Amino acid sequence: MRVLLVDDELELVSTVAERLTIRGIDADWSTSSEEALKKIQGKAYDVAILDVKMPKVSGLDLKKMMQKIRPEMKYIFITGHGSEEDFKAGSAEAGAKYYLLKPVNIEDLIKKIHEILGN
Amino acid sequence: MPIKIPFLEKLKPLFWDYEAADAGPFKKLFDFRRIWEKAVLLMACVAVLPLLSLASFDFSVTRRDSENEIKLRMARVVSNTVHTVSFFLEERKAALQFVVYDTSFVDITNEIRLALILENLQKSIGGVIDLGVFTPDGRQVQYTGPYQHKLEDKLYNEEDWFREVTARGTYVSDVFLGFRQVPHIVIAVRHDLSPGSFYILRVTLDTKWFNELLTPVKESGIGDTFLINLDGVIQTPSLAHGEVLVNISFPVPQYSSQIQVLDDEKNHDSPVIMGCSYIRNSPFILVIVEEKDKLMRPWRTTRYVVFIYLAVSVAVIILVVHGVATRLVNGIFLADQHRILTLREVEHTSRLASIGRLAAGVAHEINNPLAIINEKAGLIKDIFSFRQEYPQEKLIGSVNSILSSVQRCSAITKRLLGFARHLEMSFEPVELKAVIEDVLGFFGKEAEYRSISITVDFEPNIPVFESDRGKLQQIFLNLVNNAFAAMSDGGKLDILVQCIEPGTVTITVADNGHGIPQTDIKRIFEPFFSTKKNQGGTGLGLSITYGLVQELGGKISVESALGRGAKFTITLPLTLEKKEKKNASTPC
Repeated sequence: MRVLLVDDELELVSTVAERLTIRGIDADWSTSSEEALKKIQGKAYDVAILDVKMPKVSGLDLKKMMQKIRPEMKYIFITGHGSEEDFKAGSAEAGAKYYLLKPVNIEDLIKKIHEILGN
Repeated sequence: MPIKIPFLEKLKPLFWDYEAADAGPFKKLFDFRRIWEKAVLLMACVAVLPLLSLASFDFSVTRRDSENEIKLRMARVVSNTVHTVSFFLEERKAALQFVVYDTSFVDITNEIRLALILENLQKSIGGVIDLGVFTPDGRQVQYTGPYQHKLEDKLYNEEDWFREVTARGTYVSDVFLGFRQVPHIVIAVRHDLSPGSFYILRVTLDTKWFNELLTPVKESGIGDTFLINLDGVIQTPSLAHGEVLVNISFPVPQYSSQIQVLDDEKNHDSPVIMGCSYIRNSPFILVIVEEKDKLMRPWRTTRYVVFIYLAVSVAVIILVVHGVATRLVNGIFLADQHRILTLREVEHTSRLASIGRLAAGVAHEINNPLAIINEKAGLIKDIFSFRQEYPQEKLIGSVNSILSSVQRCSAITKRLLGFARHLEMSFEPVELKAVIEDVLGFFGKEAEYRSISITVDFEPNIPVFESDRGKLQQIFLNLVNNAFAAMSDGGKLDILVQCIEPGTVTITVADNGHGIPQTDIKRIFEPFFSTKKNQGGTGLGLSITYGLVQELGGKISVESALGRGAKFTITLPLTLEKKEKKNASTPC
């Protein structure tokens, strides 16, 4: 199981990746959309965990770009919870189930990853 | 301290002593007392002035008319009286003429016959006292009447009347005392017998009868009516101008064949109206004199009634105007009080709403460091749970991350608290730069996400000045919020603070958003005008901003064109009106 984490907060994304790794999940991370797109071109991931609010390209837009490259990939969104509109747009895109609010409990996250992959 | 009278205190309208002291030094509230005074004055003028001018017009017109009417009446009375007197005299002259034509000299000098004629004359025309027959040498050859015994052997040819009748044929004397020292009038006619020979028949008239002629006129109230002779000697009793045979106190009217009615103010104690007429073929002038005041009394009485009516009307008008104005201004005052309350509520609500809007951004900003703390703490736990060894460096790194995340959170909460603290109105020294940076702090992340570049340019000499920090925050928050809403991603917001005019600071907030259409630009500061109604806009943001700038004594204007962004310019005074001296020395 390969997971790609994308968030503009380096400290956050790297730590989540490390904790997933500790739990036996192959987790990569990047802090920008460009870097993330490069990563999925080189390697196939099962799940991408995207931050909704990011500079330049939002998580929702990034998903659309990624889908073109890896149509089979699943997506989980994490957000610091912006406005009501953000929540509506994000949950519509990913389903309310996979629209998670920061801070996220690591066990919950892993459960969601398994759920989305149908395990 | 003004004296308070309990009764007046009760009458005092609500707004009388109202001072908008709590509304800040610049709040332009209505001076209700002044509005009331203006309303009362205007309404009273509009209502009372036409009434007064009408009354004054009526006064002058009716006075003139009344005077004219009085003069006309007097002229009529003079004319009638002159005719009466004239007729009286003519009647007696005609009777004498008849006697002399009807009776021969022999008959008339017969004592019995003359007595019979006297008796007949007394029966027919009345007022005849005696009759005398005179020969041209002035001797009375026959006499009949009550004074016969005193008249013997008297010669009359030196008397005025005798000379007159000899010369003119008929004679009417004025009142004279004669030999008997009793006022009487004489009418005499000359009857020619043959050339150079004549006799004179003289009749003495009863002055009582003569006087009675004028009694009805006197009683009519038109005035003091009497006769004078050509020398101004009173002939018949007057009420106020002297006894019979006394000279009048005013000049004898000039001769005129017409009836004269004159105003005379000079020759009397008080102004009088005088009617007079010369009586033809007699030495008499009829005079009617009356004080103008007395004659005008009926007119004046009517005027008193009109005046009382006017005074009552004016009083009622003033009362009604007072009542209506008080009621209206009270209504406006209450509505304004309500407006102020509503405005305060709206301001408060709007402030809460903008805090609510910020909360979304703030939550995001706080949740990020919280997530970091969560993960770092989780990692530390993981290290202890999953690993045998504890890499010190990693642990310290994680703890440091936690600490710095806590710092981030507290910076945000402090900023929020700082913002919320200034909800109440208070004037304090304010550093504009700090206020603007505070506000922009809320937009930092959003700007980052949306790639909006914000530049803030301060002129170096902007002083610290007294203002309301909370209101300033609200103003900038609203403007920056609007700018962010108007700009698409990658927009540009420029804030420029400079001193253009002395004593003021000018702040421009310019964005390169979609701008404001020319048709809307005049209305954007109006309450409830919104172009974003379907997106949840209340249309109050800019109107509240406008109100807040005004409360701080400043001005706000906008320049914009569709598609070319919007530039809001705020000019704020560096000194408060009430505290001028305190902050007089400012660099700007």
